[in-house]
Amino acid sequence: MIHPLIQQLLADGPAVTDGAWGTELQARGLAAGECPDAWNLTCPDRVEEVARSYVQAGSRILLTNTFRANRIALADYGWAEKTVEINRTGAAISRQAAAGRAYVFASMGPSGKMLVAGEITAEMLREAFREQAQALAEGGADALLIETMSDLAEAALAIAAARETGLPVVASMVFDTGRNKDRTMTGATPEQAAEALTAAGSDVIGANCGCGIAGYVSICRRLRAATDRPIWIKPNAGLPQLLEGRAVYAMTAAEFAGYAPALVEAGAGFLGGCCGTGPEFIQAVKRAISAGS
Amino acid sequence: MSDLKALHDAILNGDNKAAVALTKEALAQNTDPVEVVTKYMIPAMDEAGRRFECEEYFVPDLLLAARAMKGALELIRPLLAARGAQPVGRVAIGTVKGDLHDIGKNLVASMLEGGGFEVIDLGADVTPEKFVAAVQEKKADFVCLSALLTVTMPAMRTTIKALETAGVRQAVHVLVGGAPVTEQFATEIGADGYASSATGAVALARRLVARGA
Repeated sequence: MIHPLIQQLLADGPAVTDGAWGTELQARGLAAGECPDAWNLTCPDRVEEVARSYVQAGSRILLTNTFRANRIALADYGWAEKTVEINRTGAAISRQAAAGRAYVFASMGPSGKMLVAGEITAEMLREAFREQAQALAEGGADALLIETMSDLAEAALAIAAARETGLPVVASMVFDTGRNKDRTMTGATPEQAAEALTAAGSDVIGANCGCGIAGYVSICRRLRAATDRPIWIKPNAGLPQLLEGRAVYAMTAAEFAGYAPALVEAGAGFLGGCCGTGPEFIQAVKRAISAGS
Repeated sequence: MSDLKALHDAILNGDNKAAVALTKEALAQNTDPVEVVTKYMIPAMDEAGRRFECEEYFVPDLLLAARAMKGALELIRPLLAARGAQPVGRVAIGTVKGDLHDIGKNLVASMLEGGGFEVIDLGADVTPEKFVAAVQEKKADFVCLSALLTVTMPAMRTTIKALETAGVRQAVHVLVGGAPVTEQFATEIGADGYASSATGAVALARRLVARGA
């Protein structure tokens, strides 16, 4: 049974999501080592500027600046005490920028600790994701997006926590490992991921970040074949090069959007970009999709 | 004779409990600790590394094997030290300033420890000064720098400069790694070596030790 909001978004063909937040915030002065999510409290105007730029570019789905805003990851930056506030405000900023023109899918990233290595317990993860999901729902999120996950066990815990809010849930893994770059860091294949995330009750299943968009066409096809849930794809613009101390992505918006028809063909229902993609990438993807339909 | 093949397999399969129990048993029966390490434990880690290279093992498998190795080594190390045996080398490792990602660094640290190195783990977001202090005070002969973010890669160069300024650059081998790091970047900033994987880092460190430079 597909969630009504997901059904509505997919009714007119593939839904275009947004591009990167981290690299856009860096372009607005976020320093290396600074906590991006804390900007929801310290520089909300610049965060809203990023959100607005995606709404203007035509994103029907807008994320939030809350990727690291679980208590465990925030603790590394010294911001754990502000967990709830960062999430509530992050959802509210995107909601305000969306102004009814886009739905807010609130971002929940990994803890950064490995369950299997005993760095963290399942109970600690469950509590942290529950706290974040709750705060994002209170801030006005329309859906929750669990993204950039490497470990299926951690993703399943996040899905369970997110589902407690009653909002629709998207779960998206990173495939960047192995000679074909088609495994998660913990070794899961797209088939194993689709099966585990479907069983955990995610409404939409996907892949994001990774090693560029080209490799995600076949990952998309494999996810599509392994689940009945809609597919979410949000690849990065490849790995950046370091030029005079700055991270520079070689891929252009036109090159990126050139893969959009192939991804739609491979079964992507939701399409956007990760690290290194900005509003012009979203505009280009939108044009490429509407030209093909 | 205790079952040393089982110890090898316990490490390879990441069974920490069994590895510790079997090591205790072997030591209780007065088995030569050097033989236990060189004939069974290190080959088990080498096999885990080989499986990782062949994509039969992934990061979790390697981490579990390294943990079992560590559990067993902790029992044996005092005996080796009592005989005056030295570690293969002493490594100060950390993720560079501005970067909080430590999964890759932790994996390399565990693998080096499993390979017989003494590891001083400085953590994540480590300032150049802390690396310098580890070399000066703890007499590390390797400095291993990790970065996951492209924007924190320049901190590797800053750290190498700080080692130079402190006059200890020649006393250490500087190895660099992490997703955005390349061989070319390592050469550019004057590092002594680059490895694209944790197993590659261990092999590289061993080569540098063998060269005796």
